Amino acid sequence: MATVTLQEIIKPENLVYKKTDLMTDKALSYCPGCGHGTAHRITMEVLEELGMEENTIGVAPVGCSVLAYEFMNIDMTQAAHGRAPAVATGIKRVWPNKIVFTYQGDGDLAAIGTAETIHACNRGEKIVIIFVNNGIYGMTGGQMAPTTLPGMKSSTSPYGREVEMMGNPLKMTELVAQLPGTYFVSRQAVHTPAAVRRAKKAIRKAFENQRDNKPGLSFVEIVSNCNSGWKMTPTDANKWMEDNMFPFYPLGDIKMDGQLLK
Amino acid sequence: MTEEMIIAGFGGQGVLSMGKILAYSGIMQDQEVSWMPSYGPEMRGGTANVVVIVSDERISSPVLTVFDTAIILNQQSMDKFEKSVKPGGVLIYDPNGITHHPLRTDINIFQIEGARLASEMGNAKIFNMVVLGAYLKVKPVVKIENVIKGLKKSLPERYHKLIPMNEDALNMGMKNVVKYN
Amino acid sequence: MGELKLMKGNEALAEAAIRAGADAYFGYPITPQSEVIEYLMAEKPWERTGMVVLQAESEVAAINMVYGAAGAGKRVMTSSSSPGVSLKQEGLSYIAGSELPCVYANVVRGGPGLGTIQPSQADYFQSTKGGGHGDYRQIVLAPASVQEMSDFVKLGFELAFKYRIAVLILSDGVIGQMMEKVELFDPIPRMTDDEIVEKYPWATTGKKKGTARRIITSLDLDSHKMEEHNHHLQAKYKTISENEVRYELFDCDDAEYIFVAYGSSARIAQKSVQLARAKGIKAGLFRLISLYPFPGKEMAALCKKGVKGWLAVEMSAGQMVEDVMLSVKGCAKVAHYGRYGGIVHSPEEVLHAMEEKIIGE
Ligand SMILES: Cc1ncc(C[n+]2csc(CCOP(=O)(O)OP(=O)(O)O)c2C)c(N)n1
Ligand code: SF4
Ligand SMILES: [Mg+2]
Repeated sequence: MATVTLQEIIKPENLVYKKTDLMTDKALSYCPGCGHGTAHRITMEVLEELGMEENTIGVAPVGCSVLAYEFMNIDMTQAAHGRAPAVATGIKRVWPNKIVFTYQGDGDLAAIGTAETIHACNRGEKIVIIFVNNGIYGMTGGQMAPTTLPGMKSSTSPYGREVEMMGNPLKMTELVAQLPGTYFVSRQAVHTPAAVRRAKKAIRKAFENQRDNKPGLSFVEIVSNCNSGWKMTPTDANKWMEDNMFPFYPLGDIKMDGQLLK
Repeated sequence: MTEEMIIAGFGGQGVLSMGKILAYSGIMQDQEVSWMPSYGPEMRGGTANVVVIVSDERISSPVLTVFDTAIILNQQSMDKFEKSVKPGGVLIYDPNGITHHPLRTDINIFQIEGARLASEMGNAKIFNMVVLGAYLKVKPVVKIENVIKGLKKSLPERYHKLIPMNEDALNMGMKNVVKYN
Repeated sequence: MGELKLMKGNEALAEAAIRAGADAYFGYPITPQSEVIEYLMAEKPWERTGMVVLQAESEVAAINMVYGAAGAGKRVMTSSSSPGVSLKQEGLSYIAGSELPCVYANVVRGGPGLGTIQPSQADYFQSTKGGGHGDYRQIVLAPASVQEMSDFVKLGFELAFKYRIAVLILSDGVIGQMMEKVELFDPIPRMTDDEIVEKYPWATTGKKKGTARRIITSLDLDSHKMEEHNHHLQAKYKTISENEVRYELFDCDDAEYIFVAYGSSARIAQKSVQLARAKGIKAGLFRLISLYPFPGKEMAALCKKGVKGWLAVEMSAGQMVEDVMLSVKGCAKVAHYGRYGGIVHSPEEVLHAMEEKIIGE
């Protein structure tokens, strides 16, 4: 049999997978195994598939994904800690025909930014919020987040989260689903190929809603690992996530077409 | 006596803790010390360095650009800090992973095969103690007995059983440091 | 002698809060000061002294927790770094208006905006000239060592309660992150509730039947009363500026050229003095300890003793230098040197700037 050269293999008709042009070529700064990279990629793939590149403005938070603007190859604004939904509101209100989204961590969205999150949702801003919940403050070295599970260790709950003293974890996604201004609310994960497919479908739905001028905000939570902050290997972190995070933060759609499910 | 030094290498090599042990040893013999690390998320798996000063007098600047001694544990740090050693100063490095060896002729250069020796001793984690031993052989800034005292003070009780192994590592470093130039 | 320890500046600040008899600390993580709350959470001061520690949902919440607890007569503290301290400004303005005592630290990083996490001194204007709205001042202490990160907490609480004012410990990434030897002061017991009720009659601790109630507020809709309140505040600030000036001199007796600096820049400039003296330049260092009140009169007096020039050294584009100019105007030349955006200047660079900007001309 004749040997095949590299040039013959990389012919367009043999293409099975291509990195979306909406991700820059810059190497991701995230820890190996972190969910942020996958969440970025599927968001950008959806925008590419829906042909939204030239029409979209993204808002990056303060958190590990503060550098989202380095990787997402579209126009981006970087917001102050927690303020992304207000920044996105500002953009959407003056450019109502554009697609506007925020990408935020749990500290950003559910601690310092709670007011902005709730009010953007309640006003029914026609934006998309992608919420990466890893139960911890990754960027600053693993402090307790509003989403940290009871008993879970972090650098500011070194003996485990004591609910009586440090409060309860906040289920922001269930909370915003109750508000009349949200149109679509879903919780997903990106730790397995099947989960990635489902998460991508939810993100696609969210952006389609905005494109179709559906009445209200589309909110997609992605439960993710922070292996560095949790002090685990990436595989252990994903296992721990399945065993502990998913029971507390169950995956699936919560609100569809403005109607609470179940 | 004032010794101004930098220890530079990868995040996981125990660079910061080596500096801390040295600083603690200085305190044990009543000296002034300062320990100034590089910090921030860029250290996740990247390079780490720490400036340590041990002195008989009150220490002025904890931030320096030239050093009496540089302990260098990876190539990036070699590229960055070889030139920062004061003329007549000391550079100690582990040749493991170094592709461009130091070239200066106006300083005293020593090699210590810390990574190899530590793995031969069966514990990669004592690498930094082997290197520290090498340094203290070249520059007896603090006494070994004060290093041990410092370890006892800085380590939680449950780790005290590891101290003899650390002592062996120090000795291994002292015995195996070699002049390179 | 107190207990000797090797600690980071941030850890020393946290330990000092426990030892100073603080009743509570409220904070929110931010680099390069997260070690403060991390140390406290690991140390469990609620078991040691009964001190409360709480991670707030934001810096805005944290400073308002301080406002509430301080108004209720307790010794409370918070800390943050530049972006977080900006968020605290509203609360600090209310604290000034209501004349509440508290201690807070800013471990400054480079800005503006999200900036960088590396050391900076670019928050001088914010710290000394207001920051929040209204005509108010706060005492600003600038530690230059880990030892002072500890000592100034104790001093800070003394001053805060003496004048019912906020005391800012203005640190930076160098002082917060570095480790040095500290001698920890002996713990001061927390005040009992009865002591607080007795000592601080202005505090909202619950009105006893038949006694006047206490109201913590900064509001007065009657402008005449508001002006009166402002007169009172200004008189207090005047007393503070006459009594609480703090600074330190190095090699200034015969100095012709003086570096003026605070915090980590003062440490760096102290080395520049040594390098200068080795070259035969008669250099000295004027280290500011209190930035408000500013030791301007002392600077002016020293200037008359034959100083030819001053170099203000600060990790900013030139903020403190304005106060130095105001203080020694017409007496000697003044210039500024400083790297910024998170870059720390070296002792050699600082000396070079003195040679070029002051001596050379
Ligand atoms: C006003 C302000 N406060 C605090 C910080 C420090 N800070 C940076 S990121 C972060 C938390 C990020 O956690 P999260 O949103 O969960 O994102 P992750 O890194 O986990 O993805 C904090 C507290 C800041 N930059 N600004
Ligand atoms: S610290 Fe956590 S959230 Fe940040 S990149 Fe690493 S794994 Fe991801
Ligand atoms: Mg998070």
